[in-house]
Amino acid sequence: MLAAVYFHRGVVGRKASSSNPPAPAITLTDLDGNTLNLSRYKGKVVLINFWAAWCTPCRGEIPQFTALQDKYASQGFQTVGISMEDSESTLRDFCRESKVNYPVVMGNQKIAEAFGGVLGLPTTFLVGREGLIHEKHEGETDFRRLEQGIKHLLQSPAQN
Amino acid sequence: MRFRENRLLTWLLTAVLVTAPAVAVQSQSAESSPATADLIRPDELAKALQSSAKPTVLNVGPRMIYVQAHIPGAEFIGPANKPEGLEKLRARAASLPRDSFLVIYCGCCPWEHCPNIRPAYQELKQMGFTRLKVLYIATSFGSDWVEKGYPTAKGEQ
Repeated sequence: MLAAVYFHRGVVGRKASSSNPPAPAITLTDLDGNTLNLSRYKGKVVLINFWAAWCTPCRGEIPQFTALQDKYASQGFQTVGISMEDSESTLRDFCRESKVNYPVVMGNQKIAEAFGGVLGLPTTFLVGREGLIHEKHEGETDFRRLEQGIKHLLQSPAQN
Repeated sequence: MRFRENRLLTWLLTAVLVTAPAVAVQSQSAESSPATADLIRPDELAKALQSSAKPTVLNVGPRMIYVQAHIPGAEFIGPANKPEGLEKLRARAASLPRDSFLVIYCGCCPWEHCPNIRPAYQELKQMGFTRLKVLYIATSFGSDWVEKGYPTAKGEQ
């Protein structure tokens, strides 16, 4: 329940502090069967989007996440999609048709709880280069604010 | 004169054919949304759950949310946008008196996009439930119930 108490709905402050919970070092498996440990992205700004292909607003946000990945990947930005309660075939078809350009994994309760609980979709976390969770967006994402957060975190040096 | 009447008739027919599908979609959407009088707010439900006349609460959303957090006493039915979820809802509701105080909720997604509430509501209305209420969850079960501090249970039922 690491994030549940800390975060308010929407966006939290961006200055790293002891109250920023660390992103869980969980191991995920993407749709191609590749193992993905979130700790490998330490040093990057990571956006983690919990979503589902059956969730209309989630689907609508995917083009914007792919655009952010295109725009900021070269500066050390990485998006990861975690799909909840989708069938693998539906998810695979959707990702192909939508030209998703970042890893997408099948999520579960354990993964959701590792992030302090995901009790609605879409839910998006923004992790700084030092591996701490800085923002949690619940419900439809305010992309203007999200992009501001990404830019801010990309400019911040990694700290340990 | 007859030519003019025919043209007018053709124009009217075309107008009806072109606009009818749009009107049908609009009215279908409006019909499937719960009536305002059938909504219940989280604070109202929390109060009702503490009263002697507790409602039967059915969760028609995804399991992954239910197992993390749900309303105490709520029965898990499953997503009502799937045939198996709707069938399970029908079967469970069949044993309830049609005048029982029944509440359904989901909270998987922002209210206007929830794929489960509308089919569940329609099904139960068609079954004749007269005291059916739908929990109005604006953003998500997390934001509008758990984070507001209302009673929450965890795990399978």
